[in-house]
Amino acid sequence: MAEDRPLLQVEHLTKYFPVKSGGMKKQFVQAVEDVSFDVQRGETLGIVGESGCGKTTLGRTILRLYQPTSGRIVYDGTPIYDSEKKIAVRMLPYRGKMQIIFQDPSASLDPRMTVGEIVGEALRIHRPDLTKKGYRDRINELLDKVGLNTEHANRFPHEFSGGQQQRIGIARALAVEPEFIVCDEPISALDVSIQSQVVNMLEDLQKDMGLTYLFIAHDISVVRHISNRIGVMYLGCMVELCESFELCQHPLHPYTQTLLSAVPLPDPEKSRARHRILLEGDIPSPLNPPTGCRFHTRCPYATEKCSKCVPEFKEYAPGHFAACHKLDG
Amino acid sequence: MEENKLLEIKDLKVSFFTPAGEVKAVDGISYSLHENEVMGIVGESGSGKSVEAYSIIGLLQDPGRVVGGSITFDGENVLSYDKDQMRQFRGNKVSMIFQNPMTCLNPVYTIGNQLEEALTCHNKEISHKEARDRAIEMLTLVGISNAEKRITQYPHEFSGGMRQRAMIAMALICSPKLLIADEPTTALDVTIQAQILELMKSIQKKTGMSIVFITHNLGVVAEMCDRVSVMYAGHIVEQGDVNDIFYHPQHPYTKGLLRSMPRVDELKHERLIPIDGTPVDLLNPPKGCSFGPRCSSCMKVCLGKRPPMMNVGENGHTSACWLHVQEMKKEEEAKDNG
Repeated sequence: MAEDRPLLQVEHLTKYFPVKSGGMKKQFVQAVEDVSFDVQRGETLGIVGESGCGKTTLGRTILRLYQPTSGRIVYDGTPIYDSEKKIAVRMLPYRGKMQIIFQDPSASLDPRMTVGEIVGEALRIHRPDLTKKGYRDRINELLDKVGLNTEHANRFPHEFSGGQQQRIGIARALAVEPEFIVCDEPISALDVSIQSQVVNMLEDLQKDMGLTYLFIAHDISVVRHISNRIGVMYLGCMVELCESFELCQHPLHPYTQTLLSAVPLPDPEKSRARHRILLEGDIPSPLNPPTGCRFHTRCPYATEKCSKCVPEFKEYAPGHFAACHKLDG
Repeated sequence: MEENKLLEIKDLKVSFFTPAGEVKAVDGISYSLHENEVMGIVGESGSGKSVEAYSIIGLLQDPGRVVGGSITFDGENVLSYDKDQMRQFRGNKVSMIFQNPMTCLNPVYTIGNQLEEALTCHNKEISHKEARDRAIEMLTLVGISNAEKRITQYPHEFSGGMRQRAMIAMALICSPKLLIADEPTTALDVTIQAQILELMKSIQKKTGMSIVFITHNLGVVAEMCDRVSVMYAGHIVEQGDVNDIFYHPQHPYTKGLLRSMPRVDELKHERLIPIDGTPVDLLNPPKGCSFGPRCSSCMKVCLGKRPPMMNVGENGHTSACWLHVQEMKKEEEAKDNG
């Protein structure tokens, strides 16, 4: 049955970026290192992590906006990339199914195109069958769906506020009726009071259109709210993956625990009463990541083993994956 | 209580005179800050929270101008200071840390150089050696290890969190009585944010200085502040003790903000209740209550007249909303009838 298999399977996905260096040795930024997960049809998988952990690269590599270094990506049963079998399909037919909402709406919308042109551009390519009227109707329908007026189609992006610009970005992604959308920090550029509007809208659209989301954000409370499952990334690696409530209640990996305890709570008594795990130092450079477990340089529980062997990413409770030597006892 | 008032702002008005017209960025706000107190100022972008802070420390840039009200620090009127007095005031009594540490540090001078500059500017007698020792001492205080080596380095050799620590050291090197922190952790990651918040808390306890903490993050406010002012479109809409603001919010905007935030500790999935509409266009602010057009309990009077600031609880808990006026009237009527 097509329904049973995951919509997206990512296996051992790795992405390195070459860096120009003066010397003889070629260096690489190890942005994503050996990440594997599945996304079921209709679910939202959240990806959290701090800046530089590779979460955006992961999203873009899945859509093959970046060419993966190695690994395998299977979309709806069909491999769209496989480094071993040397498969790299033409992405154009898949662009109609897999879309992305970018982080900064003011930077991702062409300032010289009207909103109608921005939203309709993909339609021209993917729906050449549409008549002029059908094309216009579709644009109006999309603008209506994201809570904008149909008159807005003739305006330019700079005439809109940040929240409205993000709505335009969402309408653009929805134009081709995709099944799968990578939401790359869709709300982090927005004001607090606007964030919840967009979050609610994304939830409604998901229900109406049966969308599947990969929701990338650094704010764990937003990710927790919108996602069914959450993957936590640190320095290119996925360190924990689990159902979202379980993750916040019983985090296994020390990094997840730290991340959760670092989130400021909008509750004065609770936030002052709790014990906070403070990490030493900063995130190491992905140019030269630590050996073994990449978190060992900052981990309060690190042992000698952690600096030598890479911990395996495995299932510790049903559906609860983590990569940490400490969990092996 | 009166004598230890450190900073008092009364009916402060700041406007920007742009080609498109006057923008009233801060439109009549008042608050006072006591010694050893942390005041949080929360608001969205464009609510005037930074402009208000810039006017305290005299860093308002053209075309911004203070057009009314007063700022009193330690009994002295700050707005009447001339250039030299302002220079003495800044750094010695009040200093500021900014949102983005990279743009605030000079990339062509060493960290040590920049720290010492702050000292020698304010104290001409201090020797180079003394200044250097003090710089090392400050860097150590803010948790930068190996400070002797670090002061010879340049800002690009520091990571984001380290730079913010260096900024804090620079701000505190002349032991000011008041620190203005303008979104000091917004550019940082959560784990680094946690480090900086803990650092600021411990320094505040040690030195007993006051802090005006400007942020849009309610979580940070809950953790850091004693008192909170909630700003919206250039006005303070609610002010009070941190517990009152979070547990008994009175103004619809404060309530809306708290309701619209997803929380990491919630136990089941609840739909967020957003605040409708878009933030105010300050060039054409609405008549009456500035939050009126977005408020779910907006009444006729809200669109015509600005609500007065009313006492709504103990410990100076005030809020500006016509609902309170109505409630009070009802109570009075009930009293008259009873």
